[in-house]
Amino acid sequence: MELNNIYNTALMEHNAHPDYKYEMDDPTLQHEGVNPSCGDDIVLSLKLDGDVIEEAAFTGHGCAVSQASADIMADLITDETAEHARHLCDLFLKMIRGEVTDDAELAELGEAAQLKGISLMPARVKCAELGWRTAMTMLDERLAAEGK
Amino acid sequence: MAEAPKATREAIEAVDLAENPFKKDFPLLANNPHLTFLDSAATAQRPTVVLDAQRDFYERLNSNPLRGLYKLSVEATEAIDKVRRKVADFIGAPLSQGIVFTRNATESLNLLALSMGRLVLGPGDEVCITIMEHHSNILPWQQVCRETGAKLVYMRPNEDCKLTAEEIETKITRRTKIVSVTQVSNVLGVENPIKDIAKRAHAVGALCFVDGAQSVPHMGVNVQELGCDALAFSAHKMFGPMGIGVLWAKKELLEKMPPFLTGGEMIDWVTEDDFGCAPVPQKFEAGTQDAAGIVGLGAAVDYMRAVKRENLEARERALVADLARKLGELPFIRLIGPANPNDHVAVVSFNVCGIHPHDVASILDSYDVAIRAGHHCAQPLLAWMGIESCCRASVAVYNDEQDIDNLVEGLQKVWGMFNGAE
Repeated sequence: MELNNIYNTALMEHNAHPDYKYEMDDPTLQHEGVNPSCGDDIVLSLKLDGDVIEEAAFTGHGCAVSQASADIMADLITDETAEHARHLCDLFLKMIRGEVTDDAELAELGEAAQLKGISLMPARVKCAELGWRTAMTMLDERLAAEGK
Repeated sequence: MAEAPKATREAIEAVDLAENPFKKDFPLLANNPHLTFLDSAATAQRPTVVLDAQRDFYERLNSNPLRGLYKLSVEATEAIDKVRRKVADFIGAPLSQGIVFTRNATESLNLLALSMGRLVLGPGDEVCITIMEHHSNILPWQQVCRETGAKLVYMRPNEDCKLTAEEIETKITRRTKIVSVTQVSNVLGVENPIKDIAKRAHAVGALCFVDGAQSVPHMGVNVQELGCDALAFSAHKMFGPMGIGVLWAKKELLEKMPPFLTGGEMIDWVTEDDFGCAPVPQKFEAGTQDAAGIVGLGAAVDYMRAVKRENLEARERALVADLARKLGELPFIRLIGPANPNDHVAVVSFNVCGIHPHDVASILDSYDVAIRAGHHCAQPLLAWMGIESCCRASVAVYNDEQDIDNLVEGLQKVWGMFNGAE
């Protein structure tokens, strides 16, 4: 595995200048995600307007992979419905765990599909997952409460 | 009593780190000339002689030790007993019956805590450890303290990572029944003053146990000189096989302690309702042992003796000092551990400013440089120091100057990747 595929320009850019890393005022949903084995944690905040995720933001700390991946996730799910956002998170997690490898199927992940190579680095899978796993938990809870 | 061999300052200064007469002895390293292996504190590589000894056991002696009445089994038993004597001699233990073979240092420490701890601890008693212990010298004590109502007390080092005489006296008191401390920290690389700690423990009537997992592989350790009551260590960190550990304890203690695991091999007699224990050390060696592994440990001890302990220590001390010095010269590195490079035993921990240790280790790996990153099974220490995780480079006799330079060069590349060098 060429490391440059992981630490590519997109990842380094999102890590150095995250657009979605800030404290959100009055979030609709908030949840903390932790990777106990590495001490990484993020707090993800979502603001919903009806079904639609109007704003997504996170705070916390961790490695470049976890931080950039969370930033890419926040960008992807903004302006999506909760249900579609959950689908995207699910698809990303399947990609990272090596369960979905077809590039055509992964196309809707946009920039996030560039993190596919991490599926070949078992030690880093958890880092890449953190933000998405956290979003998934929140959206699952929200949608379950709505009976979806 | 033969004192533990020690490397002199002159011997350390005379080491030529550009030369590497040892790499050829270790097949994994010899077959991977591009690999920079700086994670021996996690597990060391094994020399050919150790691998051969294990194979030889299965080819020549394989049979269940202790049980059989035929020649092969007797020979297998003798092979184990020979290693028992060898290991006793290696750590200056007066009697080979004090050597118990376990799976690893973790199991040895669990044995001490769960057998001796349960025997002597009660409400109001204290167990004194240090904040720099590996989880395997914390969790068993947490567990036994919870069960017995005893209290776990931590000694904490000063700003230079040293345990002061005052700290030792304040924390080890009349309430202390057991002191269990690491001789060398697997994160800070600092050596603790075991002689002073053991003296204080005995003065208040407490027992003193030592975790030697990071010391026995790198320095002459003599249990009588240290004055401790027990010593735990692992074969796989000292060029031996994985899955073999050693517990040395004073024979009279082992005789008092209840068995840890029960079943085959450890009994004298068994009835429907009761059993009698075999004499020590068999009392603590339930079930079939990894005899080939034990024979492999014997070969590892032979290897360390052939190299000579003082030569091994001199080279490793020269390596770690070079490592600490060169890392210290990088402006973006924050060293963790004692300030003096000469105060590190085989281990240097550090952080790269603004870059997570997992990123550092991953990127170094792409240059075939293997280091450890994370909490190093010492979460209470890291929490106390206010850091989440760190990088750790550790050396063994088969490393050389090139390895250290490869790490330094790799770290410069890591820094460049995150700081604009495209």
